[in-house]
Amino acid sequence: MLGVLRGMGITLKNFLASYVLPRRPDSLETGGIVTVQYPEERLPEKENFRNFPFLVFDGTVDNIRCVSCDICAKECPPKCIYIVRDTDSEGKPLKRPKVFDIDFTVCMNCGICEEACPFDAIFMDHEFEIGGPERQKSLVYHRDDLLKSTAHFQKIRPTDFAAIEERRKKDAEKKAAAQATVQAAAQPKPQTPPSPQP
Amino acid sequence: MSPPVLEKTFQASDPVLQDTETFEVNLGPQHPSTHGVFRMNVKLEGETIVSLKPVMGYLHRNHEQIAENMSYLGSMPYTDRLDYFNSMSNNFGYALAVERLAKIDVPERAQYVRVIMAELTRLVNHVSVIGFLLNDLGAFFTPVLYAFREREKILDVFEEVAGSRMMCNYLRFGGVKRDLTPAVTERIKKIVRGFPKFLDEFEGLLTRNEILCIRCQKVGVLPYDLAVNAGITGPMARASGVNYDLRKVDRYSIYDRFKFKIPLGKIGDVYDRYLVRILEMRESLKILEQALKEIPAGPVMNPKFAALAKAPRNFKPPKGEAYGRVEAPKGELGFYLVSDGTAQPWRYHVRAPSLINLTVLEDLCLGHKVADAVIILGSIDIVLGELDH
Ligand code: SF4
Ligand code: SF4
Repeated sequence: MLGVLRGMGITLKNFLASYVLPRRPDSLETGGIVTVQYPEERLPEKENFRNFPFLVFDGTVDNIRCVSCDICAKECPPKCIYIVRDTDSEGKPLKRPKVFDIDFTVCMNCGICEEACPFDAIFMDHEFEIGGPERQKSLVYHRDDLLKSTAHFQKIRPTDFAAIEERRKKDAEKKAAAQATVQAAAQPKPQTPPSPQP
Repeated sequence: MSPPVLEKTFQASDPVLQDTETFEVNLGPQHPSTHGVFRMNVKLEGETIVSLKPVMGYLHRNHEQIAENMSYLGSMPYTDRLDYFNSMSNNFGYALAVERLAKIDVPERAQYVRVIMAELTRLVNHVSVIGFLLNDLGAFFTPVLYAFREREKILDVFEEVAGSRMMCNYLRFGGVKRDLTPAVTERIKKIVRGFPKFLDEFEGLLTRNEILCIRCQKVGVLPYDLAVNAGITGPMARASGVNYDLRKVDRYSIYDRFKFKIPLGKIGDVYDRYLVRILEMRESLKILEQALKEIPAGPVMNPKFAALAKAPRNFKPPKGEAYGRVEAPKGELGFYLVSDGTAQPWRYHVRAPSLINLTVLEDLCLGHKVADAVIILGSIDIVLGELDH
């Protein structure tokens, strides 16, 4: 009998504590109420939380970073990305996607597309409330639904954003420096045989 | 009007009742006791079980075949979905197999991070299994919710480091995906410090509870010989006294550096399985304490393979085969890989502890009542995602 009584004492203690102890949804203490009244109340978002991918653009929507290289579509384990490259009026391929569909019913939130993309164009979002009335159309997100600004990325994941921006800046500088050396190396050549200026 | 009088009332000693027909019942596939979609075809003599056939395959999703058509890294998120309670240890087993195949070294810090994550997973698993076992016993949801309160804290850590609470996809070949920040390390330390207090409370609630003792002791006894012969591993084998823990036997990763004991049971009944899990959690806490104290600074990813993690299709291990196994919370989880030198494994096989531990279910249940079958199943600790991979 003793064990049962002791157990009841513990449940009673926990029951009373839920009234006395402050509500700490994110606490590390034992006891108290730890649930939150979603959707009125929400837990703070974790920065590294990943859900569904989105495409970033710099500044304006035309400035989409994705160059339509198809790497993410190949690496995606369940193959839920579909990309068609854009072409200009003469049919020459452009470095941007015309169609970029992700089927969120198939996507398993693994984050491999983000890891694989060499152009920092696709990232994992925090958005999780994306219900739809049916599963054929409303959960296939098209290019324009997926586009979000870098500001949004900065807002949800400041640390990653800072690290990536720094790397991008360095890469850009390196590129510029490399180009400058190439130009510097290329410039003396046309100068030695003086070419007639038109 | 007087109530109708039955022509004959049956007594327990009546030969008619003693000579009952066997009665066939299907427990499941949608039965709360089966922890998922799993069916037990039970033949009953009165309330006593005379035959039990597990029927599985409701959650079969071709895991191995999918993995054979996938880049090596591409299977990593799929391993999360095997035993969805312990995605970190599943990742661990798979990463070990691939690292053996391609001979990849893992930096020191990453080894520690892996061990910390694997042991946290063990806490999560054992604490929820005990909660569910109590649910099966009829102690509805109080122990489960106490357990989930603690589990929640650990899942928060997983979310913080890996990005997802249950589908972590955290380990990479040659390291881990993201380093632990000091804040997270501090948080884990706090959890580890607070956990024994919870365990004491949990044990106070359960261990000496007479009802639990009566229901669990001498029920579903798994003898030592049967455990060995059937290849049972994990807490279930150790509850029967089989001293077999891969952390000691195989000494994979850096487990040889930590001091911890392997708790063993004597009888091998449901109660022993419960106790062994509690004691294992206490040992896991010891490992966690040591690991958190000793964890060195440094990179968490082998720089040679960091680039390969970015381009999974270019990762082509040399021809050969490898078997990576870890002591997952449910038992020995092994991944057998055969490479033919291309970007996809030629053969990929999972040794799932849930499946193999389940094979003795009939032996454990024979002669017991239906209600006992439910708790015996609960104490075996199966997860259908792994069972039906
Ligand atoms: S998160 Fe994973 S499943 Fe989803 S689109 Fe990216 S790679 Fe594909
Ligand atoms: S998102 Fe990245 S990987 Fe995918 S097509 Fe665009 S640039 Fe290539």
